[in-house]
Amino acid sequence: MFRGTDRLFIRLIGCAALSAIGVQLAMALFLGHGAFPILAHAGWGFLTDSVWNPVLDHFGALPILYGTVLSALLALCLAAPLGFGIAIFLAELAPRWLRAVVGPLVELLAAIPSVIYGLWGIFVLIPWLRDSGEPHLIRALGFLPLFRGPAYGIGLFAAGVILAIMILPIITALSRDVLLAVPNTQREAALALGATRWEMIRIAVLRYGRSGLLGAVFLGLGRALGETMAVTMVIGNRPDITASLFAPAQTMASLLANEFAEATGELHRSALFAVGLLLFVVTLGINALARVMVHRLVPQRRSVA
Amino acid sequence: MHAHIRRVRAAALLLCGLWPLLACQRSGPAPTASPTTASTPSTTTPTGTLRLTGAGATFPYPLYAKWFYEYQRTHAGAQFNYQSIGSGGGIQQMTAKTVDFGASDAPMSDEQLAKSGRTILHIPTVLGAVVAVYHVPNTPGRLQLTGALLSEIYLGHITQWNDPALTALNPQLAGVTAAIMPVYRSDGSGTTHIFTEYLAKVSPAWQTNVGAGKAVQWPVGIGGKGNEGVTGLVKQTPGALGYVELTYAKENQLAYAAVQNRLGQFVEPTTDSVTAAAAASLGAIPADFRCSITDADGTTAYPISAFTYLLIDPTPADAAKAKALEGFIRWALGPGQELAPALHYAPLPNALRERVLATLGQYTAR
Repeated sequence: MFRGTDRLFIRLIGCAALSAIGVQLAMALFLGHGAFPILAHAGWGFLTDSVWNPVLDHFGALPILYGTVLSALLALCLAAPLGFGIAIFLAELAPRWLRAVVGPLVELLAAIPSVIYGLWGIFVLIPWLRDSGEPHLIRALGFLPLFRGPAYGIGLFAAGVILAIMILPIITALSRDVLLAVPNTQREAALALGATRWEMIRIAVLRYGRSGLLGAVFLGLGRALGETMAVTMVIGNRPDITASLFAPAQTMASLLANEFAEATGELHRSALFAVGLLLFVVTLGINALARVMVHRLVPQRRSVA
Repeated sequence: MHAHIRRVRAAALLLCGLWPLLACQRSGPAPTASPTTASTPSTTTPTGTLRLTGAGATFPYPLYAKWFYEYQRTHAGAQFNYQSIGSGGGIQQMTAKTVDFGASDAPMSDEQLAKSGRTILHIPTVLGAVVAVYHVPNTPGRLQLTGALLSEIYLGHITQWNDPALTALNPQLAGVTAAIMPVYRSDGSGTTHIFTEYLAKVSPAWQTNVGAGKAVQWPVGIGGKGNEGVTGLVKQTPGALGYVELTYAKENQLAYAAVQNRLGQFVEPTTDSVTAAAAASLGAIPADFRCSITDADGTTAYPISAFTYLLIDPTPADAAKAKALEGFIRWALGPGQELAPALHYAPLPNALRERVLATLGQYTAR
């Protein structure tokens, strides 16, 4: 029963939706084409090898994959609880005026350019981590291999902290909106059954909104995986695999930022394209995983008829 | 309902109508690489003004920007637009023929020249020095280092500032208990190329274990992005040792070492000692100027010095552009050289300047 402008509108939005698939396909083709020489040359070795040596044209992406995943997970471990906490407070407990002040302040964090985070990292965070933060952690948790080694300040841990601050506004804003969208009847029902304030939040609000909360976390993770500039400035840029969180590391995005401009060798450029492809695949994989988990959490999804 | 849709449609139409206007306003005072393009007192008509596009090395950018400014101020008819995207980018764009001139700190390899499919002339413009900067609190005086010591530190064999090998040359380090934290450039860079090439020349262990390149696999240390990244890390970290261009060391007031040259002299990096390195290498500089002058002979030569090059096509399709570019190069190698030392770049030795100009003349005489 569509006619006239309706039909035009539907065609237009249909094109818009299909263009998303087109862009992704084009991206994959472009990266795959660029990555082909190194993949033909090194094969699976590109993924399993841990040596990145442009002088010898020897490229293995394992340490870079490791640094990327670990720094993003670390950021998530720091930012998700904090973000949920802020969101629950804002949505459930804060007086209206405080909500109007704190919410935008957290969102403002997203507007700061990442190079500013990087500079702040170099001049404030790293000296503090080196002189007090990391030595304290080493004293308290040094029995774990994660918290051993020299405290340079610079390294995976600093990158994780900066990433956590950078993804905090995404996680907070999205989870707050998810919680605010929980119908009031849910809350009233829980309270009517005799739940305390915390039980009400846990049972009626968090459980109801968990797929949305998970979505917020995965969006934050996506941002953390792809963040470039701030990480490059504080992570120490060493493609090594070490057990210590305080050791310098390297991520895919910062490796690309570092080496692309001056990569003149055929294989070197191709290896960088392959790293880009790998980042693309990892992000795609994480999004797929997110879909599966959301689907599991909410078995019967209602679709708009 | 219909009124609502009409209102939305009207707003959309209005926006569409206004868009070019907004876009126009935005692009009006567009920032360009050279601040003078708009205000050049041009005597020629706008259509008679040549636009010369270049791209490449970041290291000489401050000087090139100054040169373009001064040249455009005194010579009407040519406008320069230079993107400092890195030496590799300069070579690539030159190969892809998307620029009128390129710039690179490292000369193109034979393979790269063959791939470009045309003659590309290397014009050395000025020289730069890579200096070893350090952050060791409470050590008066300038440290003295040798190439062997630098390579031992970056190989991870010397890890403490009070290592006997270091205190033998620098007694003031005896009481320093700090560990050495080597800092390197994490981004591919001509600076790294010069530094590692020098280490490879003076240390067989470096040559076999690491080698030379714009990006290498560093045995130890921490990477900072760009000259400013390394500068920041060295400034912030007690015990750090890094390498940057002389300009950055001077402007950020970092301490930098005197380095022992081939003849055993400890030489401070200055524009004079860098020019001396080029002068001492004159006999070994080939006809196409593609060469390395690290570890040069000469008692006053600073050993970690290198040229930076403009890359030009000596027989381009556009004769007018070639003429304008040639005029600029002649000026840059003439009066332009006097502007270099104030920005911590070393002028070319006179004998070399004449050789470069003579080569340029050979091509343009055709």
